[in-house]
Amino acid sequence: MSLIRLADVTLGYERHPAVHHLSGVFTGGTATAIVGPNGAGKSTLLKGVMGLLRPLGGAIRLEGMTRRDMAYLPQQAEIDADFPMTVQDAVLLGFWRRIGAFGAVSRAMVAAAEAALDKVGLEGFARRQIAALSVGQRQRMLFARLLLQDCPVILLDEPFAAVDARTTHDLLGLMRAWRAEGRTLIAVLHDFDQVRRHFPHSLLLARELIAWGETGAVLTEDNLAAARAACDSWDEQAPLCPEGGE
Amino acid sequence: MIPMLHALLIAPFSDFEFMRRALVACLALALGSGPMGVFLILRRMSLVGDALSHAIMPGAAVGFLLAGLSLPAMSLGGFVAGLLVALLSGVVARVSKQREDASFAAFYLISLAAGVLIVSTRGSNVDLMHVLFGSILAVDNASLLLVAGISSATLLAFALVYRLLVVECFDPGFLRAVGGGGSRIHMLFLVLVVLNLVAGFQALGTLMAVGLMMLPAIASRFWVREVWSLALLSVAFAFVSGYAGLVISFHRNLPSGPAIVLFAGLLYVASFVFGRYGGLIATLWPGRHRRR
Repeated sequence: MSLIRLADVTLGYERHPAVHHLSGVFTGGTATAIVGPNGAGKSTLLKGVMGLLRPLGGAIRLEGMTRRDMAYLPQQAEIDADFPMTVQDAVLLGFWRRIGAFGAVSRAMVAAAEAALDKVGLEGFARRQIAALSVGQRQRMLFARLLLQDCPVILLDEPFAAVDARTTHDLLGLMRAWRAEGRTLIAVLHDFDQVRRHFPHSLLLARELIAWGETGAVLTEDNLAAARAACDSWDEQAPLCPEGGE
Repeated sequence: MIPMLHALLIAPFSDFEFMRRALVACLALALGSGPMGVFLILRRMSLVGDALSHAIMPGAAVGFLLAGLSLPAMSLGGFVAGLLVALLSGVVARVSKQREDASFAAFYLISLAAGVLIVSTRGSNVDLMHVLFGSILAVDNASLLLVAGISSATLLAFALVYRLLVVECFDPGFLRAVGGGGSRIHMLFLVLVVLNLVAGFQALGTLMAVGLMMLPAIASRFWVREVWSLALLSVAFAFVSGYAGLVISFHRNLPSGPAIVLFAGLLYVASFVFGRYGGLIATLWPGRHRRR
């Protein structure tokens, strides 16, 4: 059984912790939504799990898997949407593990990219410039890249922010297929209805863990109120925790 | 008509060896600077090239004071000074959490002032002018080899790290997630920027060298939309600017560096007006070509 184990993890920037003393397990094959107020540390947690941010304390351990098994979709804001590049080239980056910085792109890979574009509803977009895409189309393109990456674990940071309803619906369908294939999904999300309908597990975060488990038990009125209160009362300039304590 | 055109456009080069050398130097500079400028823009570092060109000054000045008008000494000094500023800016930005462009600004201003001070305490105004504006008409074999060598190395390096550079600009988070990228590629890129500025420095001077790097690259964004075609077109623009600038400076007896950069500026303005993508006419009258 593959899993991602967090042991007393503290993550942050400039030595100011953004996520505090988090412990728990993402079990293989589950779909977990990370929810919480703005500034709760959701993206920070995702970056930590992906290995892009070294924990200030504690440890993130992968069991039965490696980072190579993980695909990561950053927030759209972190992508240069005006970059002069064709949709096909952007999708083909999904083969990075195979082609790397120097390898050739085979005909089969190009065909696979075309197929992935069809699957996300972007038939005939291969030759277009990414700058010409709408936000929704761009997200479809990035999902096509995830399809090519073909990873057992998929991390998504606000995949539906500013994305139209139709695209959200289609991409949720893709995520359902991924779950059916036994992949592990971890997604930062805002829409609680979405989470209740599509994610059996949730992690409610407000700089520290409020609740983690079955979505129904996590997204209760009490928990959500506690999360809001925890974030409102947070002191931005809080010093590091004393050794061994909160 | 033909003899007149010949006298205007070809004779300067067939009659004078220094003009032929200058033209070859322009071609070599264009080959390196063209793609360099494109990547500077894509990495949102348009002004970093400018900052680094100023940063080269004190190094070149020290070389000049120690060894006179010696190209190797001035180039080496310029290279070291440019690299130092690039490194320091990177380190300070990381340590202080300030944006890298802010620390670049701080260090290049210090560097520029130091350069002007060094030159003015020991040299004459003519020397300062030479360091600042170069003289492409005095290019000798050694400098031609240097420029050609740097351009060749630049093109080879780009061929090697092309995909990495492109992905790092487009989606740095993705590249790190799949285990590529990092600060090494950024450092290599900065070294290449400094090298190309040093190449342009003998021919165009520290201040003008960056003009041949940025203007053709910015102009080409109005015409084409892939990284490779942007690079090709900016090489072409840079070379045409070099040629036209030389012809103009020859006939009008003007300094060649500013003439070359001004011609590149002319290409930029024309591209802004007539360009296919984001050009003035294309923006004001979109789709007009289809209605006919």
